[in-house]
Amino acid sequence: MAVIEVEDVRRSFTVRTRDGRWRREKREVRAVDGLTFAVEEGECVGYIGPNGAGKSTTVKMLTGILVPSGGRLRVAGVDPAARRAELARRIGVVFGQRTTLWWDLPLRDSYELARRIYRIPDARYRANLDRCVELLGLGELLDTPVRQLSLGQRMRGDLAAALLHDPSVLYLDEPTIGLDTVSKAKVRGFLRETNRERRTTVLLTTHDLTDIEQLCGRVMVIDHGRLVLDGPLERLHEIGGSERTLVVDLAEPHPPIDLPGVRVVRTEGPRQWLAFPARQSAAPIVAAVAERHPLVDLSVREPAIEDVIARIYAGSAAVPAP
Amino acid sequence: MAEHPGTVARAGWAVRSWWLITGMWVRSTMAYRASFAISLAANTLITFLDFAVLLLMFSHTRQLAGWTLAETGFLYGTSSVALGAANVLVGSVGGLGERVRSGSLDTMLIRPAPALAQLAAERFSLRRLGRLVQAFAVLGWSLTALDVHWSWDRVLMVPVLLLCGTVIFCALFVGCSCVQFWWGDAAELQNAVTYGGATVLQYPPTVFARELVAGTVFGVPLAFVNWLPALHVLGRSDPLGLPVAFRFASPLAAALCVLAAGLAWRAGLRAYRSTGS
Repeated sequence: MAVIEVEDVRRSFTVRTRDGRWRREKREVRAVDGLTFAVEEGECVGYIGPNGAGKSTTVKMLTGILVPSGGRLRVAGVDPAARRAELARRIGVVFGQRTTLWWDLPLRDSYELARRIYRIPDARYRANLDRCVELLGLGELLDTPVRQLSLGQRMRGDLAAALLHDPSVLYLDEPTIGLDTVSKAKVRGFLRETNRERRTTVLLTTHDLTDIEQLCGRVMVIDHGRLVLDGPLERLHEIGGSERTLVVDLAEPHPPIDLPGVRVVRTEGPRQWLAFPARQSAAPIVAAVAERHPLVDLSVREPAIEDVIARIYAGSAAVPAP
Repeated sequence: MAEHPGTVARAGWAVRSWWLITGMWVRSTMAYRASFAISLAANTLITFLDFAVLLLMFSHTRQLAGWTLAETGFLYGTSSVALGAANVLVGSVGGLGERVRSGSLDTMLIRPAPALAQLAAERFSLRRLGRLVQAFAVLGWSLTALDVHWSWDRVLMVPVLLLCGTVIFCALFVGCSCVQFWWGDAAELQNAVTYGGATVLQYPPTVFARELVAGTVFGVPLAFVNWLPALHVLGRSDPLGLPVAFRFASPLAAALCVLAAGLAWRAGLRAYRSTGS
């Protein structure tokens, strides 16, 4: 059953721009322009696109914060804008850069408030809290005021707060932004677990491709208010023709390394940039380079989402979204 | 909650949400006890100084525009109680503009508690009770000092007056704040009407020009907070010569104010939900 149904949804804003001293010109901006997709129960979907593409407008319409200008929307069988308060009990929202926790109070107090506001039955509340505490490692933090938590700890706290009432849909906006590697891994592990065990439908917006690689079976790419791609992650790389980059520091300057399937895009003294298809593992290439040349240092750069999207968008006329 | 909860159930839920969130803010401020103690002391001192101005005035004259100190104290007390109670209950809605501008109203809209209740409880501080304590003290004193015959209808009028006055000020807080849905920096309008209005009501209506008094009857209905019902309690004649019915019309005025504020809130929320960024 589709938990999220979006049919030809449009949303435009009237923007007033100043034109001369007094005159103001009204302009209509289409933030979302004919969006159609459906998300099945238990799916985890990555929703990506450059800034201003219409991601947050979509999420705001799906939560009922914004009323669409046209089209049809259903979340958990409900029209979000018309029944916002009712829907609020069935969804969880995490804004990566905006905490909903109570700054000066112990973490536990925020959860107690959620228990009352969402009217979570006691037994369910305790079970859910225990689960979150265990999986997110919140045990020692429960009695710590939120202001004393690190960014990573706070994000884990926010995630737990969004899930105590067993939402059927979870919206995540940049849940790993600014986190260190360990915290990122914890957050991703928890989300994967929640998605699998609880069948919680997850819609994730992010700029971090690793989030998507590790969590999402499906990616939707939006640009200029339209879907330019909707499919499995591999398709993103296929269509985007995206490449990862291996940056190697050799012991001394060397002419461009010649390896099959690898393209040297840049050299600078002893440093070389080797591009290879994103689907391919970096390990054999590293091994091959190390075999022939003494290596001082190396790093692998993931393709930037903006680049992938730019390529998709450039070719989107040829590859219409399904 | 049922599919379509009744108005009573909705109001009850709004009050309960307000109460829960207020409790969170009270405990939050208790995280900074010293700061709380200082601001409570400062607040109480300032409100008492406020009444001292009135006392000072009466040290030079026995009457102010025909009203005695006790009568003026009654106006001062009732106006301050009504404003103080409204400020405790919904005073925080003035922060709406800031929330609209920063987009943080969104986080209130995704919770199942009524957004207005959440906004009204925002940043609640117990020090707001300081004003209320002072207001009740002045009112209590004036009731003992007044030279009126306390018939049952006059006695009954006092709590009705306080209740209606509080409701009217609550509605003015909310209604005037709604302007900030469209003009985010217009918080001063609400301040002028509520705090400014309460200051005007602390003095006898005969102090002011007839046009201003008429404006508080037929324009912004401040006169129904205390001026008009006080005429009955104190047994005074109406400076505008209005029918006696106006003295008993405060409940009706309060109901109309609530209706208007409710409509303004809904319209504002609808406008917000169809703009945003």
